[in-house]
Amino acid sequence: MKRHRSKIYLLLALVAAAIVAKYQTAISPYYFQIIIYIGINIILASSLNLINGFAGQFSLGHAGFMALGAYTSAVITSSLHLSPGTAVSYPLFAGALICGGLVASVFGLLVGIPSLRLKGDYLAITTLGLGEIIRVIIQSLGFLGAARGFTGIAKLADFFWVYAVVAIVIFTIANLVKSTYGKGFLAVRDDEIAAEAVGVDATRYKIVAFITGAFFAGIAGGLYAHFVTYINPSQFGFLRSFEIVVMVVVGGMGNIAGVILAAAVLTILPEALRAVAQYRMVIYAFLLIVIMISRPQGLFGQRLDWSRVWRWVTRRSSSPAKGES
Amino acid sequence: MMLEIDNLEVAYGAVRAVKGISLNVAQGKIVTMIGANGAGKSSTLRAISGITRTSGGRIRFDGRDITTMPAHKIVALGISQAPEGRMIFANLTARENLAMGAYLRRDTEGIEKDMDYVFAMFPKLKDRIDQPGGKLSGGEQQMLAIARALLARPRLLLLDEPSLGIAPILVRTIFEKIVEINRELGTTILLVEQNARMALSIADYAYVLETGEVRLHGNAAEIASDDEIRKAYLGER
Ligand SMILES: Nc1ncnc2c1ncn2[C@@H]1O[C@H](COP(=O)(O)OP(=O)(O)O)[C@@H](O)[C@H]1O
Ligand SMILES: [Mg+2]
Repeated sequence: MKRHRSKIYLLLALVAAAIVAKYQTAISPYYFQIIIYIGINIILASSLNLINGFAGQFSLGHAGFMALGAYTSAVITSSLHLSPGTAVSYPLFAGALICGGLVASVFGLLVGIPSLRLKGDYLAITTLGLGEIIRVIIQSLGFLGAARGFTGIAKLADFFWVYAVVAIVIFTIANLVKSTYGKGFLAVRDDEIAAEAVGVDATRYKIVAFITGAFFAGIAGGLYAHFVTYINPSQFGFLRSFEIVVMVVVGGMGNIAGVILAAAVLTILPEALRAVAQYRMVIYAFLLIVIMISRPQGLFGQRLDWSRVWRWVTRRSSSPAKGES
Repeated sequence: MMLEIDNLEVAYGAVRAVKGISLNVAQGKIVTMIGANGAGKSSTLRAISGITRTSGGRIRFDGRDITTMPAHKIVALGISQAPEGRMIFANLTARENLAMGAYLRRDTEGIEKDMDYVFAMFPKLKDRIDQPGGKLSGGEQQMLAIARALLARPRLLLLDEPSLGIAPILVRTIFEKIVEINRELGTTILLVEQNARMALSIADYAYVLETGEVRLHGNAAEIASDDEIRKAYLGER
């Protein structure tokens, strides 16, 4: 029953994405770009949430996975000379995105292996280092444009592509962690020894989290590349990883809805605060520290209660007659 | 012998926690391991469960070598543990904690029946079923830890200090339940305790550990009446 319902939601989301995509030209390019970035950041934050929030492995290398997906898919679509709008471009673009995701997940596996021996700070530093290594390697490869970047990528990603992936990511992760199998993630995060003691193969869970999380980050990278049409290594530096971590921490580790909301808000916020843009990372760092200290469970805690949000909204915006029920 | 431990060694870096322990547990019995803090009791149990690596010796279960087997395979063979300090999944509800205990099982009906069984055994748990494990009291967590271990339907149940940090009246109840599990379900039990008096009163056989070695072993009744043991562990003069 429940399972069925979530599939219907997925279907509805995909249909909605297709309908909105039809009218995407009606929105001003500036707002449209923000909407796309929100979608990409939701994918990135949700996929990192699987690694950091659900499996409890503090990873700081997400931008590296994103870079792998971005470059891999860009190389594929460029060498196939895909152009937007052609019938053949759709399946091939999907294939290119998936290849990017797969390359990223291979590296996710490589990064996941140290997580079996390293904990906490050590793992964070190791993943940070591996993310930077990926970036430096790309920077040194001439055929990828080195530091100048990779230009002339076809603008294949649009609203539909981005939000279809958003729907799939959320559906996949929500189903994964709600299943009996998925409860293993929560068990590993809560108490790894106890999880092992009841027969949970903690090793496998961590690896699955890294592979799946990296896969979707790679896809997000591919979407990003085919939206901005120009990528260079500096777009995938440590600060990018850090931004995604902030989204997960603010949204609440392991809180699916909270992380989506945080990704959206933290994408809009810097735009709204254009005037102080140069202090963005300072503000982020400050936000992170304050939240880590005052609300380590994230702004919305373990679970974001939509009904409470709804009541809060209706109380403010509607006539007092409606009030609380 | 159901469980045969031969010259087991466990080390944490330079600290040698277990220095060649040999120990047997016969099917259907309650065997206890007693000894002061730091004697190596928990390390031994964790080594049996495959949670801690061994640095020497052999562990056999039903004649099969499980020394280097990963933890989840050992659970599948029929050994489960209620670890020291309870280690409840704090963010999962009591029911989800129990469901995790049955993680490797696929027989939905059997799991339901076993849930009913542990609720009958620990009625208090039933009242807290939808509470997060972290919100339960120490005694309730201990019951939950034992119940969770039972849901794996073990043939050998390892209990690490079930009386630690719980109210004295509850200690008696918990020990009664341990006997009940052994009698009714026929589960073999290896019980680690600092409360030596209680442990010896329900056990068939006992091992006394001291700084990583077996100091003495024998029938629980004999150990309980040993002069030195009475002085050292039962607080008598
Ligand atoms: N994870 C660990 N890391 C380092 N030393 C440990 C660890 N666990 C136990 N020890 C040490 O090993 C020895 C035996 O500990 P333990 O097996 O917990 O004994 P007991 O359960 O009998 O109290 C002690 O000296 C303890 O400090
Ligand atoms: Mg101990």
